[in-house]
Amino acid sequence: MSSPSSSARKRVRSTASEDPLTPRPHGAQESSTGELQPLPTSPGTDLQSLAPQDTSLFSSPVPRRSVSQSEVDASSPLIYDTPSRGTPARQRPDLGSVRKAPQVDLCSEPVSGKAAGQNAGQKLVIWGTDVNVGTCKEKFQRFLQQFIDPTSREGENVSLDLNEPLYMQKLDEISVVGEPVLNVNCGHVQAFDADLYRQLICYPQEVIPTFDMAVNELFFDRFPDSILEHQIQVRPYSALKTRNMRSLNPEDIDQLITISGMVIRTSQLIPEMQEAFFRCQVCAFSTQVEVDRGRIAEPAVCRNCNTTHSMALVHNRSVFSDKQMIKLQESPEDMPAGQTPHTTVVYAHNDLVDKVQPGDRVNITGIYRAAPMRVNPRQSQVKSVYRTHFDAIHFRKTDERRLHGLDEENEQRLFTEERVATLRELAAKPDVYERLSSALAPSIYEHEDIKKGILLQLFGGTRKDFSQTGRGNFRAEINILLCGDPGTSKSQLLQYVFNLVPRGQYTSGKGSSAVGLTAYVTKDPETRQLVLQTGALVLSDNGICCIDEFDKMSDNTRSVLHEVMEQQTLSIAKAGIICQLNARTSILAAANPLPHTLLSRFDLIFLMLDPQDEAYDRRLAHHLVALYYQSEEQVEEEYLDMAVLKDYIAYARTCVSPRLSEEASQALIEAYVDMRKIGSGRGMVSAYPRQLESLIRLAEAHAKVRFSDKVETIDNECAFIKPRWQYLNM
Amino acid sequence: MPSSEDWINNPLGVVDGIFGKRQESDTNLADSNVPSLNDVPLHYLKPNSLVKFRCMVQDMFDPEFFMGAYETVDPSTNSKELRCGKYKDLVKSQQVDFNSRNIVTSERQTFYCVPIPGESQWNSYACSSQARVVPSTSYTPHRHKRSYEEDDDMDMPNVDSKRLETEAPCQNASSSHCSSNLDLNFPLPGERGPACLVKVYEEWDSFRLNDMLEVFGVLSVDPALSFIADDKEVSSLLDPTDTMETAEEQRAHSPPASLVPRLHVLYAQPLQHNNPLLPSAISEDKAFLSGFLSELNSVRGELLTYLTHVLLGDALAAEYLILHLISSVYARRDVLPLGKFTLNISGCPHNSSYTEQLCQIIQHLMPSSYRLCMSLHNMNNLPMVPRKDYTANRLVGGILQLASNTSLFLDETQLEQGQLDATGVRNITALGNLISWQKVDYDFSYHQMEFPCNINVLIASEGRSLLPCDSQVHLRPTVSPPNVEEYLKAIQLAQLPSHLNKYRVYLTVARLLDYSISEQVTKAVEEDFVEMRKDNPQSISAEDLHRMLVVARLLSLSYGQTTLSRDGWIKAKQLEMVRTSRTQQQECVNGNEP
Repeated sequence: MSSPSSSARKRVRSTASEDPLTPRPHGAQESSTGELQPLPTSPGTDLQSLAPQDTSLFSSPVPRRSVSQSEVDASSPLIYDTPSRGTPARQRPDLGSVRKAPQVDLCSEPVSGKAAGQNAGQKLVIWGTDVNVGTCKEKFQRFLQQFIDPTSREGENVSLDLNEPLYMQKLDEISVVGEPVLNVNCGHVQAFDADLYRQLICYPQEVIPTFDMAVNELFFDRFPDSILEHQIQVRPYSALKTRNMRSLNPEDIDQLITISGMVIRTSQLIPEMQEAFFRCQVCAFSTQVEVDRGRIAEPAVCRNCNTTHSMALVHNRSVFSDKQMIKLQESPEDMPAGQTPHTTVVYAHNDLVDKVQPGDRVNITGIYRAAPMRVNPRQSQVKSVYRTHFDAIHFRKTDERRLHGLDEENEQRLFTEERVATLRELAAKPDVYERLSSALAPSIYEHEDIKKGILLQLFGGTRKDFSQTGRGNFRAEINILLCGDPGTSKSQLLQYVFNLVPRGQYTSGKGSSAVGLTAYVTKDPETRQLVLQTGALVLSDNGICCIDEFDKMSDNTRSVLHEVMEQQTLSIAKAGIICQLNARTSILAAANPLPHTLLSRFDLIFLMLDPQDEAYDRRLAHHLVALYYQSEEQVEEEYLDMAVLKDYIAYARTCVSPRLSEEASQALIEAYVDMRKIGSGRGMVSAYPRQLESLIRLAEAHAKVRFSDKVETIDNECAFIKPRWQYLNM
Repeated sequence: MPSSEDWINNPLGVVDGIFGKRQESDTNLADSNVPSLNDVPLHYLKPNSLVKFRCMVQDMFDPEFFMGAYETVDPSTNSKELRCGKYKDLVKSQQVDFNSRNIVTSERQTFYCVPIPGESQWNSYACSSQARVVPSTSYTPHRHKRSYEEDDDMDMPNVDSKRLETEAPCQNASSSHCSSNLDLNFPLPGERGPACLVKVYEEWDSFRLNDMLEVFGVLSVDPALSFIADDKEVSSLLDPTDTMETAEEQRAHSPPASLVPRLHVLYAQPLQHNNPLLPSAISEDKAFLSGFLSELNSVRGELLTYLTHVLLGDALAAEYLILHLISSVYARRDVLPLGKFTLNISGCPHNSSYTEQLCQIIQHLMPSSYRLCMSLHNMNNLPMVPRKDYTANRLVGGILQLASNTSLFLDETQLEQGQLDATGVRNITALGNLISWQKVDYDFSYHQMEFPCNINVLIASEGRSLLPCDSQVHLRPTVSPPNVEEYLKAIQLAQLPSHLNKYRVYLTVARLLDYSISEQVTKAVEEDFVEMRKDNPQSISAEDLHRMLVVARLLSLSYGQTTLSRDGWIKAKQLEMVRTSRTQQQECVNGNEP
């Protein structure tokens, strides 16, 4: 890059604020405008303030504009002057479609102060930021060449060698596949260089083009003969700035932000003019005018033949980009109780158009914008409200990963360090198991064993993948059946669990049909397109499906559960759609008499009985009366907060995956053999391999309760209370 | 004390502070002087004046960013001045320097508020007589709402469906001459009144959907607000981002200010109750409370007699009706709502308009109530659960979107045999959930969201209700008047308005009283339970104990006692025993029938 002088600094500034890094049109066009530059007339005119008040669109601001442009074209460090060998640059409307520019008079602004006190000459920064283009570019290239993430668990990196620089491999991929998009995890940038990350978050509009430039230089150095559709664009994702729509505030404007939510509406494709093409109707001289903040400055005079008002817009030759409006709604999990979800508008540009559909859960990384006030000349008053939106840079569907069964690393709730410390502290307590189980549904009296069982279900076992050896996935989910007399608060327990877990479903056996549980296909009346509608079991993937009145369910419906409860998948073959959906759901069922068919698929079966003894009655009465006389605060002291419990479970589910220790597995083997022996004495099979698996799952879940990565003998001992129960009831 | 800097930077904020303090010291002052949007028609109110509005939060819109402070340039002198942008919608665009660095972007939240659904007429009357209108206008309060007389005219069988029919056209007529098919989104059909876009500047997180509020704020009705919405072509020409909003969304979010005024909140207080006969902060008003408690027992006696007459001489049913009317969810233990007391009065005469009139009598006692006719047509067609309309980006109200302590009267005698369709099943499920868990699952199309509620559900039916309920009383008439309508009308006319007012105060006060159980009584209750189980474990279950505790609580409160005494417990037990034995007898009778 040419060594910038103090005047170059001014130019850099003007680029940043006016045509934010719109790549100059290549080759021919540039020279044509360049040659025809008229002399600068009044370079100091405040261009910006002119624009909004200038109601006559016909007076051409072109001569004045061109001053800064021609300057910029020559030497701005932000211009794509990369060794692209003819690969065209592509405009990035996601970065600069509507720029709320701090509008500063070119001349009156004290430019000298902007170098931020750095040594003159070398450390120039883009105006309004502390970004030095050269340093930034160099840092990013270093990042690309050196960053290694050996612990990466992301799905898209599966085929890559984790010990080689990650992004260089991705560049190789680009050269093969030809899709000129480089997705960069902001977390990686942060790990590599915190300062670069900060700049990326604070000044995405300036920094991302610098990244683009850096990556293109690097790429075309390595693959000089590569032919791409357009130059590579960098798409950062997973910025840590904001996760929740509700916490957006005015300070986030113009920053790079990742928010999660659900798409509720998408608009049709909107062609947005980027560059208007004008042709003189007298001499056929043509010129292009760039759209500036939604306005086209129509040239009033033909610069070739000097005829006034002869320039006509030619739509066919103007440049348009695709744009789509997407309405995003807060995810239900992020919502405080008793409020309605917020929505926000997202604009998707070019190839991001039609990437998401209504109903998708997505993480969107983009720049948060507030559109400037627009003055309507016909009104003397203006609404003092800004319209806000996101310019999307990167979409990531969260449910897509669920469908492919990849790790939910990114989905895990972000816990603050203090929170993790509190949780760990809790986990270290010797009676954590009892504590947690008593915090579960405190309003339901006793049934401690059942609560413990449900607690284990909430934690779940460790997911094991044996697909390499041909046995497929092993179920990690624990299924529980509650049987018992009417009025023993089974439904209440189910309701409680349903309210506790983020992805819970509650259905009643009486009211649900097989399709309601699984999935069904409908035909859209308008498009005649087949649509797959998922039922309760698929919706509670990774969650718990609570089924009340299990015995009232029709046999046909119940048989659907066979597959789900063991294979954890659902096979659909209907109306031309054949697929297998994941339904890794735990089932918590309640029934009055026992249904037999599914019995062995339940890990735990509890009998809820009315014990009818005096001591029990007394405790029960005490418990119930206490419910009515204790104040809210007293109760909170006594029990763990539901929120803590939720976090505890979420943390354990995502961060702990225990494995069997040597002694523990020995103990399990012995126990299993013992169980078999009991039966063989009576000439019957009393234990199945399924029950061994079940034991392992329970032991794993118990280890999770302790936040332990190892299943030890004490886990076994706790897990062992259960099978005895199971036996009594079979 | 506000400093001079505060006065310069944020004068309205200072006003706000002073106003808030004033509120605390003397509520009545603000009440009497500030005109209320509920009672004064909008065109009698001065723009930008202080008004109050008693309302329920029906929907919450997205937060908006606005110019909290901006700079104006005087074209003649070129001098700049910093101004506050709070509490107003519009700024004069000519003078604003949009490029100024001194612009402060602030955030505010908009709530869509409607008058409290189902407010009884007596409630509105009482309010309008209290509120004094600005003296400069020659306006005398005149309500469009139905009066007592009109109400009584509609005493025909199957009235409710008729009422819906007769009201629907007139509602259309009234709104159609104001604007073309603008739906003001009231949760209950046939409601009227101003809806309002309430803009909250601070602590909007503390507001919940369906909260009852009394809001004091600056009224903003500038026609320019609606101009922006109406004249879409002009605005979209200048602002391409406007085109991104659908017409429905624009209509829902910036309706004409003449119909839906904007209210910039200076002070908002959540309401414990909406009974105008009581001071709004009743638990703090000790003088009022102790004064009323002294005569509480006599009022209870009179009310019991009145209701006994109404319930055709059945004192037990009247007793339970009082307990039901003062019940309220006072706490939740995880999913379990405590204190709710859904009552099913079975054995209601089917062929007369008895239930209709019973409901009217309750409407005359409760500040807000609604009668839902469970006819097959209604169940299959009425929107009960609020649902999110994503095209207009708003929450479309349903019948079950009600404020706390609204009395919901379900008339099951209107239900005939026939088939429920999908909507009907959903509606029945929603009613069941409402009764069992005191929650409504709002329909957000891609998912459901649970909103807790506190609604007193009273079911009138012939046999046992198909919906779950806490307690069922079979009506046992001791008088059989030849003409039930005449009989009930005569009873109603015999009640003096002053008496009715006493009943109204009584019911609200009894509901808001605090309650506790002492250690001793706890022990006694436990003993009792164990004792009862010893004799016959089938006789009493945990659920029965639950119900008895609620009955004991409500019975004590109905006598103005804030702690449970042994006597209170025994009374409650006896009451329950009488009721269950009657229910069992009834079942026997039914069982013997062919």
